[in-house]
Amino acid sequence: MAWTNTILRINLTTGTIAKEPLNKEWAQDYLGQRGLATKYFTEEVSPTVDALSPENTMIFATGPLTGTMASTGARYSIICKSPLTGAMACSNSGGYFGAELKSAGYDMVIFEGASPSPVYLSISDDDVELIAADDLWGKTVWEADEMLHKKHQDPALKVAAIGRSAENGCLYAAVVNDLHRAAGRSGVGTVMASKNLKAVVVRGTKGVGNLFDAKRFMTSVADEKKVLAENAVTGEGLPALGTQVLMNVINEVGALPTRNMQEVKFEGASKIGGEAMLEPRESDGKPNLTTNAGCFGCTIACGRISTVDPTHFSVKDKPEYHKNSGGLEYEAAWAVGADTCVDDLDAATYVNFLCNEDGFDPISFGSTVAAAMELYEIGAIKPEETAMPLDFGSAEALVWCAEQVAQGTEFGKILGMGSKRMCEHYGHPDLSMTVKGQEFPAYDPRGIQGMGLAYATSNRGACHLRGYTVSSEVLGIPVKTDPLHTEGKADLVKAFQDATAAVDSAGLCIFTTFAWGMDNISPQVDAACEGNWSVEKLLEVGERIWNMERDYNIKAGITGEQDTLPKRLLKEAAKVGPAEGRVADLDKMLPEYYSVRGWTPDGVPTDETRSRLNLA
Amino acid sequence: MQKSLHLNADKCTGCLQCEMACSYEHEGIFNPVKSSIKVFAFHDEGRFVPYTCTQCDEAWCMTACPVDAITLDAATGAKVVNESTCVGCKVCTIACPFGTINYNSSTGKVTKCDLCGGDPQCVDACPTGAITYVEADATGFDRMKKWAKATDTAGAV
Repeated sequence: MAWTNTILRINLTTGTIAKEPLNKEWAQDYLGQRGLATKYFTEEVSPTVDALSPENTMIFATGPLTGTMASTGARYSIICKSPLTGAMACSNSGGYFGAELKSAGYDMVIFEGASPSPVYLSISDDDVELIAADDLWGKTVWEADEMLHKKHQDPALKVAAIGRSAENGCLYAAVVNDLHRAAGRSGVGTVMASKNLKAVVVRGTKGVGNLFDAKRFMTSVADEKKVLAENAVTGEGLPALGTQVLMNVINEVGALPTRNMQEVKFEGASKIGGEAMLEPRESDGKPNLTTNAGCFGCTIACGRISTVDPTHFSVKDKPEYHKNSGGLEYEAAWAVGADTCVDDLDAATYVNFLCNEDGFDPISFGSTVAAAMELYEIGAIKPEETAMPLDFGSAEALVWCAEQVAQGTEFGKILGMGSKRMCEHYGHPDLSMTVKGQEFPAYDPRGIQGMGLAYATSNRGACHLRGYTVSSEVLGIPVKTDPLHTEGKADLVKAFQDATAAVDSAGLCIFTTFAWGMDNISPQVDAACEGNWSVEKLLEVGERIWNMERDYNIKAGITGEQDTLPKRLLKEAAKVGPAEGRVADLDKMLPEYYSVRGWTPDGVPTDETRSRLNLA
Repeated sequence: MQKSLHLNADKCTGCLQCEMACSYEHEGIFNPVKSSIKVFAFHDEGRFVPYTCTQCDEAWCMTACPVDAITLDAATGAKVVNESTCVGCKVCTIACPFGTINYNSSTGKVTKCDLCGGDPQCVDACPTGAITYVEADATGFDRMKKWAKATDTAGAV
């Protein structure tokens, strides 16, 4: 019933492959994908394991709506302990890979242990095997993808792979599927490399069926697709401009972190935003954006397919980068653009290509480069360490840095530590713009107060995808709240966090929630899945997931003390814009948040809360 | 008036809703592998191109079939495979110049677009209007209109 009821368990140490039935009782409590895989993970893996040891487990998980006709039913997540944060990692990706895995007949794949030598996992419906990958090791994601397609003689094969950055220990390495969709955050690619697992390739021909009430599901899916189509954000803004629709909007509200978050407004924002991607360039008359693209089943199609200007310095002599590939999303454009003060759209696009080609997170990368530029500015990074001055605004420096991380050179390994460890390495920990070791995304909490609380309390470190209150505070969805007010933000953050956990766990994309409330999602889940999936039930599942993740983190040593923000955001006021004079007023929101959550003043879920949510 | 499927690759985003609608209509399952309409991704060029049977008037698949399993649905103009007659010899898949009739290993029969009896589900499922169902005698009219506008000199002065 929407679930395939089969999971694959791969022990990489022994090379054994086993199929086992899904725990249906857990599925009723945790739904699927993020929630259900985290349940398996927390039951099986000690919170104190070293993230890069064989004792860490890594789970590829689909949701009950993955691979169905529900709009955006493309998503899968990778769950493990993060080497970047030491906390739960759950990194979500689209493309076609997740639906293919579901169509092959699996709700999830659990990887235990570590292979003694490089391998990849091949899944072709019921046929599953580990295959030697010595020839693939040391290759980029794009090279590995091409080699695997050739080897399997199957153009429809779906590939998820790691690149050289992961192999070289970059702590924010991603797993990239379908060439440019990524489980990008928290270093899930680094964990995959530690297991000597280069790739997972899937061919699924079984399809997804056996829905609880297929007729009701089809009616509901058609109705809700209409809601997406008629909404201004999901029906117009996102298809036309992608997430890059936000660049100028966020800059205008004075919440675009700039210069390693020293400032909240970027002069060059309009040069790197969604509108700029549509402007024909001088050299060949083409715009940066070729077309928009949808993931499997997605009727929004926010994806960007772009080219770099072939005459641009970064690719001038590299025809292999003149083709189309995955273009800039807002978070990536911000990180490699505004935060480093680089207003060069082509440099940013090329760097984004490199992030996909060698599998590293553009958010963490860009933010780490911004920190490196500040370290360079104050003389902590010496000119002899770099091939050129690491000046803010230097597109050449940005491109050079990306090539270093991609190739895993000496300085590339320093950048590959991430902002926190790099700033500690140079003796300036305060210059790292991170929470729990993970770099910020593109919303300054001085200008959008709720996001400060969302960042500080996120279970995977600074992240916009755990509680996107920007929706309410800036876009007015579902209701407008004042981004500069702290009142009511505790409730708002909790509501977004719980709802997001449920949406993720269904296998849907969080972008649907610009148009959909839980009352649009519930009928689809309820028709597809056995059991009662009312709005209340989904929100309860979301809250349960949030508390489960929190519990694991606390046991891993990540407590309420780490629910904080860098000093810069708490002490240095915004200099311009609507938030001028404001800092992130976290202390005004955090105690209330703990109370709303049913946690102790130290941020620990109380026994009462645990028992209410049926958590052991 | 007979109608035809009209495919416009410029509007396709590669979401595969059409493929799922097709497989659901014919096999009751979401399975792009079983779809008679296919979207091909040309990654380097940044193009998604949907393709399916054009329902030839003189259908080579129909002519080639040794057991007359492919017949004309007079109402829609679709060439329809009669599963109980089809013996799975695959000669039609060789005869079709466009590759739009294919063997289905789970049924042992061939499968092709049958226009869903006049209510093609891929059309309803497509979110961008890349697939439409238009009068068969007017499939070129939208392009004609574009050229009419482009060549209209009166408005340009």
